Amino acid sequence: MRSKDYGLLPGLTAKCSREDTLAMFSKVCFSRFFEFKVKEAAEKKLIKCPIYLSLGQESISSALAVAFPNPAIFGQHRCHDLYLAYGGDPTALRDELLHRPTGCTSGMGGSASIHSPAIKMFGHDGFMGTQVPIAIGYAFGAGQRTLAVMGDASAEEDYVLAALGLASTKKAPVLFVCADNNLSILTEKKVRRNWHMAEVASAFKLRAVEITDDPWLIMHQTRILSQELPAFMNIHTARAVWHAGTGCDGPPEWDRFSLIKEEVARLGLQREAEDIEIETQDKISLLWAQKLPGEQP
Amino acid sequence: MGTKTARRATMTVAEKIKELTRNHLKNDGVALGQCLTAVGWVGGTVPDMTEEEGLIELSMADVAAGGFAVGLALAGRRPIYIVRYQGFQQFNSIIPLSYAAKSNNIWDVSCPIFIRSIGMDGGIGPVASGSHHSIFTRMPGIKVFAPMTPGEYQRGWDRFMEDDTPYCASEHRRSFSIDYEMPNRIHPQADITLYPISSTRLNALEAAATLESEGIVCNIVHLLWLKPFFVSETILSALSGSRHGGLVLDGDFENGVAKCLAYDIMQQSDKNVRVLALEERSAGFAPHLDNLPPTPQKICEYVRKLVQQTR
Ligand SMILES: Cc1ncc(C[n+]2csc(CCOP(=O)(O)OP(=O)(O)O)c2C)c(N)n1
Ligand SMILES: [Mg+2]
Repeated sequence: MRSKDYGLLPGLTAKCSREDTLAMFSKVCFSRFFEFKVKEAAEKKLIKCPIYLSLGQESISSALAVAFPNPAIFGQHRCHDLYLAYGGDPTALRDELLHRPTGCTSGMGGSASIHSPAIKMFGHDGFMGTQVPIAIGYAFGAGQRTLAVMGDASAEEDYVLAALGLASTKKAPVLFVCADNNLSILTEKKVRRNWHMAEVASAFKLRAVEITDDPWLIMHQTRILSQELPAFMNIHTARAVWHAGTGCDGPPEWDRFSLIKEEVARLGLQREAEDIEIETQDKISLLWAQKLPGEQP
Repeated sequence: MGTKTARRATMTVAEKIKELTRNHLKNDGVALGQCLTAVGWVGGTVPDMTEEEGLIELSMADVAAGGFAVGLALAGRRPIYIVRYQGFQQFNSIIPLSYAAKSNNIWDVSCPIFIRSIGMDGGIGPVASGSHHSIFTRMPGIKVFAPMTPGEYQRGWDRFMEDDTPYCASEHRRSFSIDYEMPNRIHPQADITLYPISSTRLNALEAAATLESEGIVCNIVHLLWLKPFFVSETILSALSGSRHGGLVLDGDFENGVAKCLAYDIMQQSDKNVRVLALEERSAGFAPHLDNLPPTPQKICEYVRKLVQQTR
C-alpha cells in the first residue's frame, strides 16, 4: 500500500490554480531551507536540545496551509514545518532553537513544544498523541475549525483512538492528519500493528482517506474533507533524516521535493519556481546570517 | 481562637455545587463527565441541564476525556470536569496534569480547568475507595483543595474563577449533606493538634470529643488547601501550644501529600508532626480487609499512645 503514488488522481495538478501551486511551493521551500539551516546550526553545536526536523515531510503542512487556512493548530514534536507553513514567525523559531528569551516559547519549548498565539498554534506537551483529544475539546468548545496533526506512532496511543470516537460522536470540527512516515523512531509500522488508521477512522464514522504526500492531492482531498468535519487523512511521507538530530541512513524512500519540482516544471512554472527557490534561499540565509558563525549574508 | 460551635449555612455542599454549576453553565461555562444524567445526578450535585446548555456526557474514554476537558479549557470555557471516583482519576488526571498544569509555565497560556474529583471512605474495594488527591499535589502548576463545607466550596470556586490555572477540588461523598461550617478548635494549652483533611475532619471532631472526656485536649486545625500549602500562623500557634506535637490525618495513602504537609509544618517548628492516613496496602472488598481513613477509634488509640509515651 505505502508508496509515493498512493491515491494519486490523474490530472489534479493541472486543475490546481497557479497561485495555489506557487504558494504551496513557496512554503515547501521555506520549511526545507529553514530546516537545512537548523541542521547546520545543530552540527555546529549551537543547539543544545534535541531537534526533530521535518525534512522530507514538508509537503504535508505546506499543502494544508494553502487548502485549510486559519485553523486552530495542534501538532506534536515534529512541527517546525507546521509552524512555518501557517505563518509562524521564523525569527522567533530560530531564537527558540538557539535557546534565546526572544524565542517563540521563550526557550521553554525547544524544538518539540513550540507554539504561536498569533497563528493559533498550541504547544505540545511531549506526550505523543495528547494533542488529538485536546484539539477535539478545543474545536468543540470554541466552535473553531481545528487541525490536529499526529505521527503514525502517536496515532496508536489508546487515548488518540478513543478520542476519534469522541470527535465523531460530538461532531467536533477537526481535520485529523496523520503524517505517516512509517516509523516510530526506527521501528516500522508493520512491526507495531496490522491495521490501518484510515480504516479505524472510518469505523468511527469519520470520512477518511489514505494518500501519499503529493501536495496537489493533499490540497484536493483537504478541500473535499474539510466541508464536513471531523475527517481524517493518513498521508504517507518519507522522513529524510533521523528521528532526532541530523543523522541520515541514506536516501529517503522518495524525494518529494524533487518530484514537486518536476511537476511544477511540467505545469510550465519552472522559471517562477526557480525564482522562489533563490529568493527563499536568500531570505533564510539572511535570517540565520548573524547566528551561524562564518555565514555570509 | 476558633468558635466552639459549627455555624449553619443555608444549603448543603451538594446543593452549593449544583447551584455553582448551574450558574456557570448559564454563563458559557461547561461541565462534563460520565453518566452524569443518571443514577442520582452524581449525588445531587449536577443540575438537570442538557448538552446544548453545556452539560456534556462523555463516553468511557477516561484518558482521552481528560484531554477533551483540557481543550475546552484552552477554548476559554472553564470546564468543570467531573470525576465520579478519585480512584479512577489515575486515568482521568493524565492529560490535565501533563498539559493543563504546565500550560502557563511553558507557553504562558492559561488553561483553567476545574476538576471535581469525588472521594469515598471505603467499602468499595481497592480502586474506588479512599481519597487520592496526592496524584494531583505532586505536579507543579495545579491548585488542590479539599472542601467539606458549602462556604469552603464557594471560596475555592471563587478563587478558581479569578485565577487562570487548573484547580482540583478533592471532594468527599460525606460532605454532600453537610450544611454547616467547621471552624478550627484551638485551646491555649492542648495535648495535641490534629490537622485533618477531607472526611477525616469529621472523624477528628468525633475523636476529639471522646479524648476530651478522658482529659486529653485536642486542637483541631482543618486543612483546606493542600496545594499551594501555606503554613499559617494558626497552624503554628496551635502547634506551639501543644505538648505532644501534631498529627496530620488523611484519607489518601500515608506516603502521599499528608507527609509533605507534615514536613512543611515541622520545618517551621520544633515539634514533631506525625501522619495517620490510609495504610500502605490495597483495600479488599471484605469488610475486615478494607483500608479506611483513620476512624475516630483509631485516632483515639493513636493519640492515647502518643500521650502516654511522651508523658
Ligand atoms: C506518550 C509517549 N510515549 C512515548 C514517547 C517516546 N516517543 C517520542 S517520539 C516517538 C515516536 C513518535 O513517532 P510518530 O508519532 O510516528 O512521529 P514521528 O517521530 O515519526 O514524526 C516516541 C515513541 C513519548 N514522547 N510520549
Ligand atoms: Mg512516524
